[in-house]
Amino acid sequence: MRRRFHEIQPGSFAFTAGNLAWAQRQMGKYPEGRQASAVIPLLMRAQEQEGWLSRPAVEYVADMLSIPHIRAYEVATFYYMFQLHPVGSVAHLQICGTTTCMICGAEELIEICRRKIAPHPHMLSADGKFSWEEVECLGACCNAPMAQIGKDYYEDLTPDSLAGIIDGFAGGTVPRPGSQNGRFSCEPASGATTLRESESGRPADNAAVALALLQGDTVARIEG
Amino acid sequence: MLQDSDRIFTNLYGFDDGGLAGARRRGHWDGTAGLIAKGPEWIVEEIKQSGLRGRGGAGFPTGLKWSFMPKSDDGRPRYLVVNADESEPGTCKDREIMRHEPHTLLEGCLLAGFAMRAQSAYIYIRGEYVRERELLQAAIDEAYDAGLLGHNAAGSGWNFEIFLHHGAGAYICGEETALLESLEGKKGMPRMKPPFPAVAGLYGCPTTVNNVESIAVAPTILRRGAQWFAGIGRPRNSGTKIFAVSGHVNNPCVVEEAMSIPLRELIDRHCGGVRGGWDNLKAVIPGGSSVPCLPGGLCDEALMDFDWLAGQKSGLGTAAVIVMDKSTDIVRAIWRLSKFYKHESCGQCTPCREGAGWMMRVMQRLVTGEAELEEIDLLYEVSKQVEGHTICALGDAAAWPIQGLIRHFRDDIEARIRNRKADLKAAAE
Repeated sequence: MRRRFHEIQPGSFAFTAGNLAWAQRQMGKYPEGRQASAVIPLLMRAQEQEGWLSRPAVEYVADMLSIPHIRAYEVATFYYMFQLHPVGSVAHLQICGTTTCMICGAEELIEICRRKIAPHPHMLSADGKFSWEEVECLGACCNAPMAQIGKDYYEDLTPDSLAGIIDGFAGGTVPRPGSQNGRFSCEPASGATTLRESESGRPADNAAVALALLQGDTVARIEG
Repeated sequence: MLQDSDRIFTNLYGFDDGGLAGARRRGHWDGTAGLIAKGPEWIVEEIKQSGLRGRGGAGFPTGLKWSFMPKSDDGRPRYLVVNADESEPGTCKDREIMRHEPHTLLEGCLLAGFAMRAQSAYIYIRGEYVRERELLQAAIDEAYDAGLLGHNAAGSGWNFEIFLHHGAGAYICGEETALLESLEGKKGMPRMKPPFPAVAGLYGCPTTVNNVESIAVAPTILRRGAQWFAGIGRPRNSGTKIFAVSGHVNNPCVVEEAMSIPLRELIDRHCGGVRGGWDNLKAVIPGGSSVPCLPGGLCDEALMDFDWLAGQKSGLGTAAVIVMDKSTDIVRAIWRLSKFYKHESCGQCTPCREGAGWMMRVMQRLVTGEAELEEIDLLYEVSKQVEGHTICALGDAAAWPIQGLIRHFRDDIEARIRNRKADLKAAAE
């Protein structure tokens, strides 16, 4: 897919008050005169606010950091997590397709996306609620095949469980992230072979899943 | 087999509390100021003596790397940068440290930072690890509140800041100089070396870039002693190591084991064996996608360490073991890696930018057999033209899986080409 700005652009962009305060705090992480370092986190927050990254948003961030627009365009087009075209209004599914996931069934997951969402990646579903793409290794290979939806990883997927997750989002719920086959995190599915002493006292969910459930912001827009 | 008492990451699965209280209960942040009181030279020497080799893939001795930082102070700030951009296909170990053992990493940052006289650390985490980032930030905030970071960190007299920064989905940013470019707000394109980061790294200042696991094991090494760590595994390959075994095993998992553990023991003991039994093993990629595969026959003897695997023209890499059983189309599995490298090439060097795409297209035809036998040698030759002719190792990483495939599975590729020719001939008659 071409890494170009979408042909239809909004007239303007501005951070919400909450996101603006957040952005200013981020800029404070870097030494004086090195605020350009914050470009990725700020672009990402703009994307989280709007759902995708528009040209006015990129220019707004560039202006905030006092860097030429072209420097921010370069960053926006170089890094694949930036969605330069509108994505599904409810969720954009990113199916990992690299070798471990592929040999564990990722291609069947992609078939489900083609059937339930749209025949091509980056294409909106008929109702505009969903879109999907195949992405490169997401770094959860011991829970393959898996997908990222919004902020969360859905792991140990099957075609049926993925279809159920899509239906869940379509029905207005946020399906529980993490392993979909009953595993806690990345321990052997048949039970841990090490560190068993602490296994009996474990909480209901691993830390990532617990945080997702607590915050409930898996596919939410981030207003700051 | 390694005993739990010799494991560093005793909350690898998150069964226990990953926060500060839990970390302290498991022995972290214990006597940190006392370790710092022994001085930077002592820390560097202990890490050297422990035999720790970098856990991010290259296996460079960590203590030696720390000693490359300038000895004299020229007034420039110094930086420790932690590479948490875990993106090597097959690798999912640092994620477990960051979401369930974040304090091992933070304490390691303080000790490593002090050893190289740096007062700031930046942790660069991949953008996709959103919850891991939030959990790590929570741990950082907790550490500041407890006085373990910031002014007079952990009561050591050393001031130390940790900042968390994230990427946005570019594999190349796992390369240390690309990571520094990205951290400076630019496209992640690797820098020419020299100058090495220890001389001119982040913002032109002395910088050391280390993998998450390399930093996170340091506090326990310093507490238990270099000899303890050096006593695990074979000489030159010492220590414990987090392995990630994925693919066609009955129970894929992440597990901390002794370095030099036999591959078969790793798979049988922790992963419930190869799907369909050991004899159903087709091949293993032992160290993440960049290293050449091992055919099943070589796996009987395989030891999971740097030197044994290098001796087989493969590598330990990140110790991410991708297991493929006999149902796997091995040519297609490697083609998918070629597609990955083509996608992730930053485009700066011509041999990689053009070569990765060219190799992927030939691999695509080898998958279906739509090729001539001579093209196998041509592909090998071209892969050798890419290897070693680029600024960073991504060109090498794109070439090595293909070379491994040709070295070990040439018969499979040839049979596919011959069969297709025979089919076409039969159809024509």
